[in-house]
Amino acid sequence: MERSVIIAGFGGQGVILAGKILAQAAMNHGLEVTWLPSYGPEMRGGTANCTVVMANETVGSPIVDEPTSLIAMNLPSLDKFEQMVAKGGTIIVNSSLVNREVARNDLNVIKLPLNDLGAKVGNMRAINMIALGGYVKATGVVPLEVVKETMAQMLEKGGKGKFVPLNAKALDEGYNAAH
Amino acid sequence: MGEKVLLRGNEVIAEAAIRAGCQCYFAYPITPQAELLEHMAVNMPRLGRTFVQAESELGAINMVYGAASVGVRTMTSSSSPGISLKQEGISYLAGSSLPAVIVNVVRGGPGLGDIAPSQCDYFQATKGGGHGDYHMIVLGPSTVPEAGTLTMLAFDLADKYRTPVMILADGMLGQMMEPVDLPDPIDVASLPKKAWATTGAKGRDPNIILSFDLDPEVLKRMNLELQRRYREIEKNEVRYEEVETGDADIVIAAYGTTARIAKTVIRMARAEGIKLGLFRPITLWPFPYAPLKKLSERVSTVLTVEMSAGQMWEDVRLAVAERAETPFYGEMGGVVPTPRGILREVKKYAH
Amino acid sequence: MPTDLDSMVKVFSRPKSLTEARSTYCPGCQHGILTRIIGQTIDELNIAERTLIIAPVGCSVFAYLWYRCDAVQVAHGRASAVATGIKRADPNLVVLSYQGDGDFASIGTAESIHAANRGENITVIFVNNQVYGMTGGEMAPTTLIGQKTTTTPSGRDAAMFGYPIRFSEMIAQLDAPVYVTRQALYDTKRIMDATKAIKKAFTNQVEGKGYSLVEVLATCPTNWHMKPVDASRHVVDVVTKVYPLGDLVDRG
Repeated sequence: MERSVIIAGFGGQGVILAGKILAQAAMNHGLEVTWLPSYGPEMRGGTANCTVVMANETVGSPIVDEPTSLIAMNLPSLDKFEQMVAKGGTIIVNSSLVNREVARNDLNVIKLPLNDLGAKVGNMRAINMIALGGYVKATGVVPLEVVKETMAQMLEKGGKGKFVPLNAKALDEGYNAAH
Repeated sequence: MGEKVLLRGNEVIAEAAIRAGCQCYFAYPITPQAELLEHMAVNMPRLGRTFVQAESELGAINMVYGAASVGVRTMTSSSSPGISLKQEGISYLAGSSLPAVIVNVVRGGPGLGDIAPSQCDYFQATKGGGHGDYHMIVLGPSTVPEAGTLTMLAFDLADKYRTPVMILADGMLGQMMEPVDLPDPIDVASLPKKAWATTGAKGRDPNIILSFDLDPEVLKRMNLELQRRYREIEKNEVRYEEVETGDADIVIAAYGTTARIAKTVIRMARAEGIKLGLFRPITLWPFPYAPLKKLSERVSTVLTVEMSAGQMWEDVRLAVAERAETPFYGEMGGVVPTPRGILREVKKYAH
Repeated sequence: MPTDLDSMVKVFSRPKSLTEARSTYCPGCQHGILTRIIGQTIDELNIAERTLIIAPVGCSVFAYLWYRCDAVQVAHGRASAVATGIKRADPNLVVLSYQGDGDFASIGTAESIHAANRGENITVIFVNNQVYGMTGGEMAPTTLIGQKTTTTPSGRDAAMFGYPIRFSEMIAQLDAPVYVTRQALYDTKRIMDATKAIKKAFTNQVEGKGYSLVEVLATCPTNWHMKPVDASRHVVDVVTKVYPLGDLVDRG
């Protein structure tokens, strides 16, 4: 069983970090994993993105042309990646910034008003964790608690321990908002 | 083995070099290998070892030449345009029989190219690159953990054969993260002493490191000695991997990141009833001609897939000759072939 | 019967650190004098067992033959970078980077400047004879205005080929070097001065003080098409006017 997600958005929306936390959490949960940052030509067009592949056995290709999920933090990301998502897959859409519906009808679409929810948790920089919380709820690939622990370990290791409560709250917020 | 950590390929190569006893590292910044340089900048001084950010790639490779002369384990790293600049020094290292490790995190070319992954430096790495009749051992890691184990191996092979060894990675391998069990550090004191090193002529005749002689007969003998060593390397050090080749009708020949992508293609193809396998050279020089030749006797097609216009393809065709079809699929300029893209090509040859 | 020979005292002999190898330099060339001065200095400082000679590309490519010391022959212009690698790998070694003007001041410009700027604890001897001797007398970066070479047959024209480069003065602008000096070998006094300068440059390294550069104005009778005596006079009358002798930096 192999699951893959492309996390995409504007530079500064924290998509790279969200991917790193997910990859580390998946590894801590005993899965094989690869994390590939947006790189080269894909850096054009206003989107930064990273791809995380998680599997029970060794991951083959770290580059994915049919991801099982997409987290689209802005409209260009949805435009760019919507058609690639595997049939029956999941799209998390930031409905605060994406002013159109997902065109495909063979996907599980979860609309999260990330900017509004960010304001609710008290910091717009935590919207990546809200999105990740939503993704975890929708896919169940890694338990929320593992993601939270991993996030706390990584932030503490990076000397940013004071942001742990905020990000934990953001993960909860996204988890509870997704359905 | 320690605990598993999630690291980028660039960081794993750097850390493996440190654990292999790399005493001196010299390099010049370039994308997409910057994390390697930065890891060394932080960690080498902490361990009391040498890190110098050189004035240029020429400076860096010649600092490597100096450190190698003294007999310590030494490394430089760069990406394609920078590796072109290092060719002079690599030729001198080979000519002077000096062990050193050179990492090329390949990006799109020619010229300035771009910073995206590529395999367009295969010819340069495996066929010489610089001037003169020389080879270096070229190792092509396919995953982040393998980048670590092959870096450790590179130092051993360099010392064993007194030759430069290249790690031929690509931008994707350098940038991506994957869990890795970092290898245990070696005991540097346990390494064999290098009697030839220029450590000061104390109680012995002077040692001289040089790559030249103006007498053609003498230089011929020096060349023959190099060639003798190359034959020995070809005999002892060929490494490769075969995946699901047992019943395969079609085999993909690929190395590095491309080979890894091909492993996913095998799963997809077999789900559709196509008997697909993979032949993955790990040593790009010496190239595994004999095992590929043997494999080609029982398959219909050997499809070479590369992030280049078809460089390793030439070696594949040398090995396969007329025993099987030898089509090619390549992407260039930093475009990475996707599993579905490769599968489409495979299907052209499936009957 | 005591003879005159028995009463003689040996006051001058080949330095112990020099080999018996036959010189490859042209008659009248001053590389030979310089080689002897270096050998004598190595003897006096008793460092032959830990000295490493870097032989460049150029007339001194065979420098590895002259000394009873370990030696490394290197690519054209890269001697200062190789010296950096050697010294960083084993700081106990005493490293001499022996370079000509084409090597040091043209093709090796970046390596030369940056080794100096890092203050590598090495000794560089830079032999300035204003010509590429080994390849047939072509223009060097140091060639004087109007000087005829095989690539400036009508004489060096500044408009076409630029000016003679005062490389030691450039190095002297840097903060790191401890000793930068220009010496010559055209008479006994100059040879004595050069000997002192070279000893100082080695001593600085032995004492861990840092980068020392000794530029030496040398003759090339072959490519200057002069008799050795005339070549020495040319250094006095013409060359030293462009390249004045003396210390440029002495922070030792």
